[in-house]
Amino acid sequence: MSGLLLARLGKIWLFCILVFLYAPILVMAFMSFNASQYYQLPFEFSLKWYEKLAGNAEILDAATRSILIALVTTVIATVLGTAASVALFRFEFRGKRFLQVMLFPPIAIPWLITGTAMLIFFYGIGLGRGTPSVIIGHVALAIPYVIVVVSARLATFDHTLEEAARSMGASGWTVTRRVTMPWIAPGIIAGALFAFAVSFDQFVVSYFLSEPGDSTLPVLIYTSIRKGFTPEINAISTIIITVSMVVMLIAARFSNFGGER
Amino acid sequence: MSTTLANQQRSKIISLLSPAYLWLTVAIFLPLSAMLYFSFLSDVPFGQTEWHLTTENYQAFFQTTTYAKLLWKSIKLGLIVTGFAVLVGFPCAYVLAKVIQGRAREALFLLVILPFWSNSLVRIFSWAIVLRGNGVLEIGLNAILPFEVDVNLMFSTPAIVIGLVHSYLPYVILTSYLALQAIDDNLIDAARSMGAGKHTILWRIILPLSLPGLLAGAVLIFVPVVGSFMEPRILGGRVGTYFGTVIEDQFVAVFNWPLGAALSFILLAVVLVILALSSPILRRAQT
Repeated sequence: MSGLLLARLGKIWLFCILVFLYAPILVMAFMSFNASQYYQLPFEFSLKWYEKLAGNAEILDAATRSILIALVTTVIATVLGTAASVALFRFEFRGKRFLQVMLFPPIAIPWLITGTAMLIFFYGIGLGRGTPSVIIGHVALAIPYVIVVVSARLATFDHTLEEAARSMGASGWTVTRRVTMPWIAPGIIAGALFAFAVSFDQFVVSYFLSEPGDSTLPVLIYTSIRKGFTPEINAISTIIITVSMVVMLIAARFSNFGGER
Repeated sequence: MSTTLANQQRSKIISLLSPAYLWLTVAIFLPLSAMLYFSFLSDVPFGQTEWHLTTENYQAFFQTTTYAKLLWKSIKLGLIVTGFAVLVGFPCAYVLAKVIQGRAREALFLLVILPFWSNSLVRIFSWAIVLRGNGVLEIGLNAILPFEVDVNLMFSTPAIVIGLVHSYLPYVILTSYLALQAIDDNLIDAARSMGAGKHTILWRIILPLSLPGLLAGAVLIFVPVVGSFMEPRILGGRVGTYFGTVIEDQFVAVFNWPLGAALSFILLAVVLVILALSSPILRRAQT
């Protein structure tokens, strides 16, 4: 086989993968605009599932709750995570390696284990299920992501910039505010968006920690699917996937995540 | 003088680090310890119930073969999904890293990674719409093929595998891509100029150099798949009973929390063994 042919086959393969990745999502989006309740074809355009969705208080409540939880999680995780990454970056101290390794379990341990452990612990200390527990859990899952993303940005920071500013008479606070912060700002924004995505898309931990009747959107979707799915779920799912993809596209712009630089 | 400076620095470090790490301790590490304790209890220690310390919950795992079989079933599922993801994803990462150039590469790479950061539950649900009998896949295949086919993959093991591969494929593409990109093109050119064939280049240069990235991706897929429960539930229906779904049941249906905690801990042990075995490779992939 010639190299050119191989390259062409490779491109076709890549195209097939993209179809595999996006086809089901597009089918779902397509069906959310289809009039038939049982996903019957031929396709007949209709907005009725979105209209039904607009009148479904249970789903709207859950959506509002999910967004609020994600916003609170984002603020807390971004502040705590950024502070920790600055310390991990700027100072040398004993146990630093250990602290970095400690970020690994929340990411690497399956959420089923983390979620059930949280349920047991929060019951044990009398907090029980509910939105506060969900937020505590989400923040813990989001912190490592914020630290990883902000640290990656910090690693590209040139220390001599700070020294130059200081040698020209800038105070410590001025250096932080005028030199360091502007440099790491894209990393912080990207970290915040990752934190939002981790919380907004989180299902497993929310599932074990949220109160029945007081659940987040993914938990409500899961329980609805198990009862037998309706096109309304289709419509809300289409909205969710659009929102989270847009958030990640913006995050990617800020972090060059996986980029070449 | 220097000690006050050191003290100042230490208090700065502590004030910056402790909020994040206290949070992780309260929300991750204490709960894991609490779960270990719980797995040795005879009953839930809330309210009026009588309880005592016991190893019954672990005995339940070792005395009957039910749980061990399910764990093995989950591990097999992890191996199958990881295998498919590697076979499908590595060539894709290779094309991205070495065949496609310039701006198109960045855009395509982002396109491959993007679904990974969208809601996994929703993506699994979207497969339910595609795979069900009389669903889009069946109608589409019957429109193309000259003969009638009957495709109802829903509530079967292939459906679970397809859904999980879809969920985790971007992991292996991401890690392999990063490893492949780090390979210097000059090295490949040099080998070629000295007469190395395609096979030699693949087996002697590309695979050995990208293996750490490939294995890191494989571990990142295998671990969550062994602990999956939502995907088998939605796509597998009655055949979707795995170790993860049994743990879920203990917490949300049967309310045997101590048994659930013991099973969770056995799963954690499996995960930790895998992570420990692969940590030298993962560390190499990082650098």
